Amino acid sequence: MKITEKDVEHVARLARLHLAPADLKVMTSQMDAMLGYVDKLNELDTDGVEPMAHAVPMSNAFREDEIGMPIGIERALQNAPESDGSCFRVPKVIE
Amino acid sequence: MKFQDLTIQEMRQKLLAGELTSVELTKACLERIEATDSQLNAFITVCEDESLAAAEQADQQIAAGKSALLTGIPVAVKDIFNTLDVRTTCGSKILDNYVSPYDATAIAKLREQGAIIVGKLNMDEFAMGSSNENSAAGAVHNPWDTERVPGGSSGGSAAAVAAGQVVAALGTDTGGSVRQPASHCGVVGLKPTYGRVSRYGVVAFASSLAQVGPVAGNVEDCALMLNVVAGYDPADSTSVDCPVPDYLENLNAGVAGKKIGLPREYFIAGLDPEIKQAVDAAIETYRQLGAEIVEVSLPHTDYSVACYYLIAMAEASSNLARYDGVRFGKRQDPGDGLIGMYQQTRSAGFGDEVKRRIMLGTYALSSGYYDAYYLKAQKVRTLIRQDFLKVFEEVDLLLTPVAPTPAFKIGEMVDDPLQMYLSDIFTIPTNLAGTCAMSFPCGFSDKGLPIGLQLIGKPFAEAEMLQAAYAFEQATDWNQRVPEL
Repeated sequence: MKITEKDVEHVARLARLHLAPADLKVMTSQMDAMLGYVDKLNELDTDGVEPMAHAVPMSNAFREDEIGMPIGIERALQNAPESDGSCFRVPKVIE
Repeated sequence: MKFQDLTIQEMRQKLLAGELTSVELTKACLERIEATDSQLNAFITVCEDESLAAAEQADQQIAAGKSALLTGIPVAVKDIFNTLDVRTTCGSKILDNYVSPYDATAIAKLREQGAIIVGKLNMDEFAMGSSNENSAAGAVHNPWDTERVPGGSSGGSAAAVAAGQVVAALGTDTGGSVRQPASHCGVVGLKPTYGRVSRYGVVAFASSLAQVGPVAGNVEDCALMLNVVAGYDPADSTSVDCPVPDYLENLNAGVAGKKIGLPREYFIAGLDPEIKQAVDAAIETYRQLGAEIVEVSLPHTDYSVACYYLIAMAEASSNLARYDGVRFGKRQDPGDGLIGMYQQTRSAGFGDEVKRRIMLGTYALSSGYYDAYYLKAQKVRTLIRQDFLKVFEEVDLLLTPVAPTPAFKIGEMVDDPLQMYLSDIFTIPTNLAGTCAMSFPCGFSDKGLPIGLQLIGKPFAEAEMLQAAYAFEQATDWNQRVPEL
């Protein structure tokens, strides 16, 4: 086994997902199969190979710091589950 | 004559000659959707009122002698594009009630050229899937056999064009999501070079792999659609600032003297014999058209699926962190604080495939595993890209199958995600390498299912690739067949 149910529970917490016990079992076995499969990358020697973060060679794309035309507060809040004037509202964070 | 037999160029001619109005055309298109979509489920949202209003405006513009590339032509777009004041669900329950506050750049470009956007097309949730079965709006059915999948993730885009609901559509291609459904539905689909088309306003899944791509009934219409959407956009810092040629110009340049490579790793044992036969016949056609065919090697092909899924899942886990029930989407609040709200919102809003990918991506990026999985995959990606760059020193284009089998039956693969991932083997490497590729019809199976051919071009050499596809299309009649619906 590459991964245990306990590991999967930990990852679910990191990903802010809640898994029911039955789902946890299925998820563990499917993740295990996938991690077993991707192990084949270790057949390749990649010492000295530069990692590639993008499909085309590209460094930082700078632009002038100019005032643009944002969509505005009303538009930005139109899909919010809960808002208050010009703010998003969330459940209480600090007790 | 039925409108669905017309190409974009023919529609334009009729509109400009006054033989047809955009209102008539748009109404016919809406009627076709109404008549066929109960069998296909290709649309998530149909914008009837908005499109008829836009069609009236288009008719006025044409009457005033003003027209652009797509004035008055009804098209549709995958439900991944932000479309002002229209619902954009991305095939997910978590965005069920999301209404876009702005237009994606590709949508703005369609509108600038006068296109009528008649609706939003079904897709795998967050573009994660190869069968269009992972949609909160339900599976899409293949117009050639409604018991089969249309492919994915742009399954709605390919099915709608194949069924004549719209003449052209936009999809997105992260690992084959335009080309594979185009192949399964018998239409033309193109993935541009990474950076060719702006991704601004396209809901993000795997940002370093995805491109916007057109789907159309023939190569010429596909080239026209690419003309409309291609180009640098300051709002997308990964779009590339280099000149965009007119893809319609010199479309009939032919392939005489071109060198086409057959990567031997793509002609493997698992390839369906009917696909092999169709692709072999296509190779012969190219030979007769004057191309030189040579065998080449892309030695790291076998590692591409593992490399791709690690990178795509890692990027997905990061991109999808934004769905937390705060700024948009449906909130589920059990009342036990912020973290509980995040967990319940995400657990109720995401489907199984999306959760699986977020979990694997989170694992691959997590402390202690990052180097072994994510960094390793990024290094292997470099090797895969080098394979392509090296082979393109020898040849102008590569020719391969698109998918190892024709469209499979709905439900056939859902319990085996890994098997489903492996079916993307021929399309994934080009997304990793960032180069351009396209799929177009090259035959049918005994059961009457379409088979697609893939051409892979050099980075930013879409024009050359389209010319080669056009030459094949002119020499054969595969794209003349239409499904009965």
